[in-house]
Amino acid sequence: MAQSLDRLKESPSQTAGPYVHIGLTPNFCGIGGVYATDLGATMVNDKTKGERIGLKIRVFDGTGSPLRDALIEIWQADADGLYNSPAEMRGAADPNFFGWGRCPTDMETGVCAFETIKPGRVPLADGRLMAPHITLWIVARGINLGLHTRLYFSDEEKANAEDPILARIEHRIRVPTLIAERQGDTYIFDVHLQGEKETVFFDS
Amino acid sequence: MSSDPGSNRTPETGAFFQRDRTWHPPALTPGYKSSVLRSPQKALLSFDNTLSEISGPVFGHAMLGELDNDLIHNFARPGESAIGERIIVHGRVLDERGVGVSGVLVEFWQANAGGRYRHKKDGYLAPLDPNFGGCGRTITGEGGFYAFRTVKPGPYPWPNGPNDWRPAHIHFSVFGHGFAQRLITQMYFEGDPLIWKCPIVRGIADRAAIEALTAILDTQATIPMDALAYKFDIVLRGRRSSLFENRLEGN
Ligand SMILES: [Fe+3]
Repeated sequence: MAQSLDRLKESPSQTAGPYVHIGLTPNFCGIGGVYATDLGATMVNDKTKGERIGLKIRVFDGTGSPLRDALIEIWQADADGLYNSPAEMRGAADPNFFGWGRCPTDMETGVCAFETIKPGRVPLADGRLMAPHITLWIVARGINLGLHTRLYFSDEEKANAEDPILARIEHRIRVPTLIAERQGDTYIFDVHLQGEKETVFFDS
Repeated sequence: MSSDPGSNRTPETGAFFQRDRTWHPPALTPGYKSSVLRSPQKALLSFDNTLSEISGPVFGHAMLGELDNDLIHNFARPGESAIGERIIVHGRVLDERGVGVSGVLVEFWQANAGGRYRHKKDGYLAPLDPNFGGCGRTITGEGGFYAFRTVKPGPYPWPNGPNDWRPAHIHFSVFGHGFAQRLITQMYFEGDPLIWKCPIVRGIADRAAIEALTAILDTQATIPMDALAYKFDIVLRGRRSSLFENRLEGN
């Protein structure tokens, strides 16, 4: 016998279930008066630096139907590519941009709409730049462990072509599953949980 | 939401330990029918954490209201309180290194004492309690400690098999320091025979992992003549030390 490593195991995940909105966005599902506002509902203010953009995200199940009971959180850098986080050692991020948002899917249309700004590029430790991207975390009934993926931008072709994470995708036909299409000031991003167009999800 | 003024430690910037996906329930657990069409089937893309996964926002205590961690009163009419078995739930948020994690946003939601959620899609026979909303939140203090007050949720039947019942449970959302630590789970109650029959619980292969989600009765933490107490610790992914990071390999 050898010594013990004394490490703990991560708490196992369990599905967020059909009523995740009671806990995370209670005002959205009619539980008023407990919190003044739902956390993560507003990402930008008048002073936030950067290009204002909208995101319209939907999540589709294996039959091609949009999920109407999911919840999405996003996390992104500011316009200069800095995260508003203690782990950001390169400088101070825009104090008017928190960088994190939370949105339930619309109970009828399944659309998750975020108002945010286009993030700048963030480097790896070796200096290589990643393309502008937004990190997504998706939970819902039927999802046993929250899904991580990224949203990249269709009008950043050159940056996307040199992005070290996109470069790791073996089957190149799947790269477009991570790229949101620009329509005016809004990016449309369809996440597919299964099927031919299944989104590339991350184990990171 | 400013950074926690009580914390002046050097921030940690190491990547997180790899997630043990054999310990978590797999995406596809056919006994839990909703997972069948909502489980990705292709291989996940693996890469070491970049700053996008290592970093995360800071939630300051200033955002919390006085009753946020008191589900017995945070939805109740003045002078009234929720009906049910009054309990304290307390514990620590740790990481896999055993280090208590402060500044963690912990959010919780649950059915009322009869097993009914305050949600338009829940039509269970059990009545709504006019004094119970079912949501609460807190932020861990030094050492990762947290506590809240509520009523014990009732078990409830749910549409899966013809006769499936959820054990009594409280849903937890846990937001650590890095976005890659993001976790949602459920807390069960020691001694509940429904735990071992539940298709959602049984998605977890390892009995020890199920026990890790089962809170234990803690009679030392009860409030005499008021509330029982359950202890529930939560473990988030640990961080590698960045001391000997291989810079040439990058992140
Ligand atoms: Fe539940």
